[in-house]
Amino acid sequence: MTAANDEAKSTVALLVTCLVDLFRPNIGFATVKLMQQAGFTVDVPTAQTCCGQPAYNSGDQASAQAVAKQVIETFAHYDYVVAPSGSCIGMVKVHYPELFAGDAEWRGKADDLAGKCYELTTFLSSVCKLEVTASFSRSVTYHDSCSGLRELGIKSQPRALLEQVKGLTLKEMEDSEVCCGFGGTFCVKYPGISERMVSDKVGNVKKTHAEVILGGDLGCLLNIAGRNKREGASAEVFHVAEVLAGMADIPGIGEKST
Amino acid sequence: MNLEHRSAARFKPQAAEALQDDNLKRALAKAKDGFVLKRLQAVSNLNEFESIRTEARRIKDHVLKHLDYYLEEFERKVIATGGHVHWAETAEQACNVVQDIIGGEGKQVLKGKSMVSEEMGLNAALEQRGHTVVETDLGEYIIQLAHEPPSHIIAPAVHKTRDQISDLFHQEHPKYGLHKRLTEVPDLVSEARQVLRDKFINSDVGITGANFLIAETGSTVIVTNEGNGDLSQILPNVHIVTASIEKVVPTLNDASTLLRLLARSATGQEMSSYTTFSTGAKRTDDQDGPEEFHVILLDNGRSKVLGSDFQDILRCIKCGACLNHCPVYGAIGGHAYGWVYPGPMGSVLTPLIIGLENALDLPQACSLNGRCGQVCPMSIPLPDLLRRHRFKAFQQGLIDSRTKYGLTAWALMVKRPRLYHALTSVLTRVLALMGKSKGSLRAVPFASGWTSARDLPVPQGQTFQQLWAKRK
Repeated sequence: MTAANDEAKSTVALLVTCLVDLFRPNIGFATVKLMQQAGFTVDVPTAQTCCGQPAYNSGDQASAQAVAKQVIETFAHYDYVVAPSGSCIGMVKVHYPELFAGDAEWRGKADDLAGKCYELTTFLSSVCKLEVTASFSRSVTYHDSCSGLRELGIKSQPRALLEQVKGLTLKEMEDSEVCCGFGGTFCVKYPGISERMVSDKVGNVKKTHAEVILGGDLGCLLNIAGRNKREGASAEVFHVAEVLAGMADIPGIGEKST
Repeated sequence: MNLEHRSAARFKPQAAEALQDDNLKRALAKAKDGFVLKRLQAVSNLNEFESIRTEARRIKDHVLKHLDYYLEEFERKVIATGGHVHWAETAEQACNVVQDIIGGEGKQVLKGKSMVSEEMGLNAALEQRGHTVVETDLGEYIIQLAHEPPSHIIAPAVHKTRDQISDLFHQEHPKYGLHKRLTEVPDLVSEARQVLRDKFINSDVGITGANFLIAETGSTVIVTNEGNGDLSQILPNVHIVTASIEKVVPTLNDASTLLRLLARSATGQEMSSYTTFSTGAKRTDDQDGPEEFHVILLDNGRSKVLGSDFQDILRCIKCGACLNHCPVYGAIGGHAYGWVYPGPMGSVLTPLIIGLENALDLPQACSLNGRCGQVCPMSIPLPDLLRRHRFKAFQQGLIDSRTKYGLTAWALMVKRPRLYHALTSVLTRVLALMGKSKGSLRAVPFASGWTSARDLPVPQGQTFQQLWAKRK
């Protein structure tokens, strides 16, 4: 037991998130690269699927609990768990303990996991103190995703990291803290309202004339990129991890390969 | 929007209609900027805002724990100062009490702004008896002219543009000999004031709401920016206060604490222009004041919320900050919600009052972005309460079959990692082939909810798990 623990001391488990797994593996690899740069060994448990938010936010507590137990068991023996998402980490850190409020055993396990879970930019700035070596010679604007911002307090972390990227200029948009209209299943259940929200977001991006939109949650980025394409807007969309890892040399989210 | 037949059950079509309304869009955009920036300024100027917030929460939690005691204490003090207290379990009972107090027919009734009276459907009830109701708050006056309900709890006519108000006055005011079309805000305000002045002097009854009820003194408190509330309650012989039971606070000091949060959160003012305390009927040596003072305490389902998972919503002081910061409210305005209280606080409260089954969309039509909870001066965990409604809806089988089957299929997959990874590998491959060389898709079968508003970015082609396995 002790030996195994010592061996795993510097091992980080990547919670890849279902959307990154499915839509944009490059974000996963960028996350791995950043953690390796910081001197960690990275492991990717194959038993992971989704954090359970779709069930939790649709009111299905039983399914959410079942999925949460699976996540807790999959990641329990690591020292750190990191995901390139404030939304999924918010679910694990804030909502798993709530889900097991009436179950002492699982509440304890949920709290243990919550204590070692980190959203990527927080991990890089507070645990790794990573020195960023990437360069990216474009102007960017940053969308603050809601769960990360309000459940985990992610605001300065990505900006401090991006400041170290050579050649990058940050142009803040108006209402960067206002929801883009994704909201998980919200965007497909109430497409008209979501459309207004995301077109407001894209409108605010346009006003900055930034060449690139960055954010820390792929759900929001798929939404913004999809609306950008629909409106024929020119800004490219990347996840902040891709830029920090120097892996934003591929077409942006939703862009065709050239 | 057909406002006469709007209902919380028709949220979706009402929201769709609201999204098409360009005047609404303009009006909301303008209001949002003002409210949000002014609140931010006011809150940042008050260093102790957070500690007041903590204290305010403590005060209300304490009251809710001992609500029966403070309400009875309030009643004793009202009676001791020569007033009357009437307890009403339902909106209908409350309306009947008001009718009995007013008596007769054909009276002129002044009203200060009161959301509880909206909840009671008071104006319609009074008009049915042949009384004339005059709304004296400028926003309320505007929507009364337009035959519309309020669309915001503190800014009832926020959905109207200046041009619409100009048209409305031009159409309605000639009967007072006022024929000129006005376009500037100060002129419009001044004309409304001119019309209202005569009515203030010639009314029989004044009805106001209450922002707070103070148990130690039996006082009721209202805040206004126009002074209309003072005139409504001082000039007529009878003053009736309509208040819901959770408005009571123990002491004047407690009310002061809450007042420090209220205007800052609502309009970004340090204090509203007028904060009016009414205690009892006119005493023999008072210069003015009503001969009769009545307080109607309306329950309307709130006592059932006490002690439930939703009790936190009863801390609400109706400042409207959650509405002003809600991007959904900002997109559709207040009428689409279909009942008295819109926005986040309304989406929590409405199902509790009219029944979840009659307001199913309200707790669902939210991206759970959390901005409402962040600005709520009473620290009400609004997103959590909305989610609790979703738990209840799911438990009671009140969710649509598409969502239900979708969730069942999803749960089946995510609980079986091997199956999940096999299926996602296929899905990512299929989507990548469909969008080959396009980058994003305009239409995808079974995904119209997504593609009606935006393209679908095409996946890279293989899942992370597949690529990771190969790399190892």
